[in-house]
Amino acid sequence: MTDKELKEKSVGYRKKILKYIVGANAGHTGGSLSCIDVLNVLYNDVLNVSPDNFTSPDRDRYIQSKGHCVEALFVVLADKGFFPETDLETLCKYKSHYIGHPTKKVHGVEQNTGALGHGLPIAAGVALAAKLDKKDYRVFTLLGDGELPEGSNWEAALTASHYKLDNLCAIIDNNKLQITGTNAEVCNTDPLDAKFESFGWAVKQVDGHDIHALREAFASMPFEPGKPNLIIAHTIKGKGISFMENSVKWHHGVPNHEQYQSAMTELDVALTNI
Amino acid sequence: MGTVIKNTSANAKPNQDVFAATLLKLAETDKDIIAVTSDSRGSGKLVAFGQQLPEQIVEIGIAEQNLVGVAAGLASAGKKAFAVSPACFLTARALEQIKNDVCYSDNPVRLIGISAGVSYGALGTTHHSLHDFAVLRAINNITIVVPADNFETEQAVKLAAQSTKPVYLRFGKKPMPLLTEDENIGFEFGKGRVVKNGGDITIIANGETVYPALLAAQKLEESGILATVVSMHTIKPLDVTLIAQLASETKAIITVEEHMINGGLGEACASYLLQSGHKKPFKIMGIPDEYTVTGSQVEILNHYGISADGIADQAIKLLS
Repeated sequence: MTDKELKEKSVGYRKKILKYIVGANAGHTGGSLSCIDVLNVLYNDVLNVSPDNFTSPDRDRYIQSKGHCVEALFVVLADKGFFPETDLETLCKYKSHYIGHPTKKVHGVEQNTGALGHGLPIAAGVALAAKLDKKDYRVFTLLGDGELPEGSNWEAALTASHYKLDNLCAIIDNNKLQITGTNAEVCNTDPLDAKFESFGWAVKQVDGHDIHALREAFASMPFEPGKPNLIIAHTIKGKGISFMENSVKWHHGVPNHEQYQSAMTELDVALTNI
Repeated sequence: MGTVIKNTSANAKPNQDVFAATLLKLAETDKDIIAVTSDSRGSGKLVAFGQQLPEQIVEIGIAEQNLVGVAAGLASAGKKAFAVSPACFLTARALEQIKNDVCYSDNPVRLIGISAGVSYGALGTTHHSLHDFAVLRAINNITIVVPADNFETEQAVKLAAQSTKPVYLRFGKKPMPLLTEDENIGFEFGKGRVVKNGGDITIIANGETVYPALLAAQKLEESGILATVVSMHTIKPLDVTLIAQLASETKAIITVEEHMINGGLGEACASYLLQSGHKKPFKIMGIPDEYTVTGSQVEILNHYGISADGIADQAIKLLS
């Protein structure tokens, strides 16, 4: 798939994220829009995973630690054919499997997540199993920057380094905002690169909305043999919708009808400009 | 039914020693068995395991949340992960990982709580696990097993290795004599073992409290009271069929556990009995809702009446 085709997919994913969040009248809008380009590149260019091989022990794994941005994951999984997209019309509805966090009841979801600080330890365990079994599959996990104060992340960072898990890649969706305000105000975790490097990780920083840069970063795994990989994806919360960008109120804000129409128009324009 | 073994202390081993020996034996022929430890291989008696099967032990260091998270990842990738840590830390510090990464995600980790209850004695409250039954009972999709003697321990470890669902096994440090030599009393999760038949009163215990319950039954016989003693090794799922039968056959029921009286074996039995219409004199013996008296394990248990004399006294009181 070309960069242009992936960029077009990203716009389409953004439209669907908004559509289903509006339909559910619930969702994590800002974060889903900030991480969607990462998910797009992962599922369309990086991961060896599909509906056909999802039960194969040799598939790549993706574990979404920032589970609240499940809308981004669901629209990508639907696009990959894991389930009919129309299923998402039941998002957050009574008795639907499509709830506000990833659950294995939805085909394509690897682990039930939602509580923060859980993805990296599990991903480290899967990556360790691959090493023990001498298998080539890789494990990817997406972390929110706001979940990094959870100590379990740093426990797992030690384990990943200790066991030289260069088949593990963590991506931080570094949109620099969380529900209360900026990361810097809530609990300053900077400098993330130096912190992870000091824990023994190989770190790359990329523009998390630059499709080509993301492809190149993932393609260069392992960044350093014997070291776990970290991509700090610099992103914008609410990316793609001008009135949502960098605004913490869209953490889990749901657009009203006018805002939704305005957002869709903006995305239509973006599509023609690719 | 059930011959009480009166003098087997020479052969008695701590259940956690039997756990480690059994696991080593299984792991020698099953390369998917992985022991995951939190700087706990010494207290978990897994030093020999680490020496003989270094490729099958994963040391995490003192980080229980990560211990359980990593074990969940290993299990999801097909490994038979045994996450071994003192019960106090495993089931408190890593409770959210147990709830979400193991049970909710249905990753069949074998959680091994060692040095459980008040095994650590004078090390104090930080090292006691008197909450683990209660918190784990409130989580869906986990089997909670508390073996009483070396036989039950060996069987429980073998069953846990075969399990496709999350299991919690809880062990203490004290050498435990065999409860019975009756080979007809088998062992399976969810089925209580009647280790002594009586008829007047039922004593339902688990873990290291079954042995004093059995000794209490012997004392009661001297007073003409016949007690049935059950090792209710599995708290969840609870063997309600057996409880119903014993409630019908005997005049009173006592439960005994090395756990706080809140939320453990006793309350599980009480809940069933009351809701199923069995109205019998009933007493829960355990640690009361307080920080325990200081002392060794046996001193603490004796203080709260969890001893042959204490249990026998309680039986006489309940029957009168």
